[in-house]
Amino acid sequence: MFKKVLIANRGEIAVRIVRTCKEMGIKTVGVFSDADKESLHVKYADEAVNIGKPLSKKSYLRQDHIIQAAKETGAEAIHPGYGFLSENASFAEACESSGLVFIGPSAKSIAIAGNKSEARKTLIDLGVQVIPGGEGIISSKEEAMNLAERLGYPVIIKASGGGGGRGMRIINDPSALADGLTIASGEARTAFGNPDVYLEKYIEKPRHIEIQILGDNHGNYVYLGERECSIQKRYQKLIEEAPSPFVDESLRKKMGETAISVARAISYTNAGTMEFLVDAQKNVYFMEVNSRIQVEHPVTEMITGVDLVRQQILIAGGGRLELEQDNVRRDGWAIECRINAEDPEDNFMPSPGIIDNLILPGGPGVRVDTHIYENYEVPSFYDSLICKLIVWGKDRGRAISRMQRALSEFRVNGIKVTVPFHKRVFQDRDFIQGNIDTHFLERFGNGL
Amino acid sequence: MEQLKEGQIMSPRTYKVTAPLTGTFYRAPSPEERPFVEIGQRINAGDVVCIIESMKVFTELRADQGGVVKNILVEDEDAVMRNQEIIEIEVA
Repeated sequence: MFKKVLIANRGEIAVRIVRTCKEMGIKTVGVFSDADKESLHVKYADEAVNIGKPLSKKSYLRQDHIIQAAKETGAEAIHPGYGFLSENASFAEACESSGLVFIGPSAKSIAIAGNKSEARKTLIDLGVQVIPGGEGIISSKEEAMNLAERLGYPVIIKASGGGGGRGMRIINDPSALADGLTIASGEARTAFGNPDVYLEKYIEKPRHIEIQILGDNHGNYVYLGERECSIQKRYQKLIEEAPSPFVDESLRKKMGETAISVARAISYTNAGTMEFLVDAQKNVYFMEVNSRIQVEHPVTEMITGVDLVRQQILIAGGGRLELEQDNVRRDGWAIECRINAEDPEDNFMPSPGIIDNLILPGGPGVRVDTHIYENYEVPSFYDSLICKLIVWGKDRGRAISRMQRALSEFRVNGIKVTVPFHKRVFQDRDFIQGNIDTHFLERFGNGL
Repeated sequence: MEQLKEGQIMSPRTYKVTAPLTGTFYRAPSPEERPFVEIGQRINAGDVVCIIESMKVFTELRADQGGVVKNILVEDEDAVMRNQEIIEIEVA
């Protein structure tokens, strides 16, 4: 096993990885930018190296600085966390060619997962259901008519140049298609400087459900059940839970086995997440492979008792998985709230600044993954995620009550945080009853 | 993106565009592109003059009134504080 691991990340995930390394008796090297000298991961790591100026492109994205830090400190492996260089195939390759172990999938698997059109082809060849359509740019109205007929209404027009709802139109019947194309294309041109649009089958009331998998280098794979991540704002997940209130044992098995067949097909090892859209009739459409540890991994850990970061490190070290599919247990319900430094009363405006009067929740069944502490300054240079509040309960109802209780304990001054938003969601009848889909927050009301 | 029209009247003839929030100042939409404005350039009310990035959110700042860019008070990619003066504009 490794004696020393460098963590090429910051914030709560760097702290999270240090914790598991400590429990495994592995020394840790933290890296930090000029803006992160006082960050908690720097205090917790056995040693820490300054890798540059505050802007990510001058520090946390500098592959050369990070590899040099690993060399200088004698680290044998690099854990990339999420974001930054975690899904960068060239970084995984650079680690390998420098004699360092990249704790994640191979550079080749990362590249396949990252190339959406190639990944889609692989999936179709495997017979995995993907969202129908989306193959090419629409060049004429006749072509669009024929394609929409083939996909079946409703269809959705999407912009090639970008997302976020612009250049997007849901079309319920053929009479609306021609005008829809003109409007969407115009919007796309204004928003992205590119008028190209494509057609996809529109999935009604979709839920975002993903499967956590692990695979070692000896051909062993397991799936650790699903996470429900439908509560999203502009495609950013805000609340995640495991299991999903919508998934029964047969759907879980079907999705899990699909996930593993995809992983095998692309020789994917280490931890990974297969994302699906599931419609109201429980049709499952494969979306994409996330080749990293996910922000929301703790909800899976809470119900399975598996430390996913530990498994990542063991696998990267050449070890075998510590569990088999038959002994993956699932106990109770876990929910995570992403607490962001944003003002929910002001359109979720970023709110960097100095933390004051901090009181974090605790007590039975509560897990807090954070890097903030009293007098810590939340910098403006990075993501607004400052804390993950995770609870476990015997069932969904008790997990919700526990989250309500934990949210009521959360106190912070100096910056605005999204706790008031979470409090409102956890009082919402539809949320409590599990009636959620990816459009939940659009219906939730203004200012949210 | 929300349009922010932060402006502070300095004298009857000039005003300064200020940062609406703490973040990083960018003169151009991307490193490969030309700056939104140069000193001496004539601009119209509503023109984008710079971008402030805070926590991965990009906010375009627009000129309140038309005029001529008199001075750019911070360097590209510098950190700026909320309410910090960034660009001085002489009203035409």
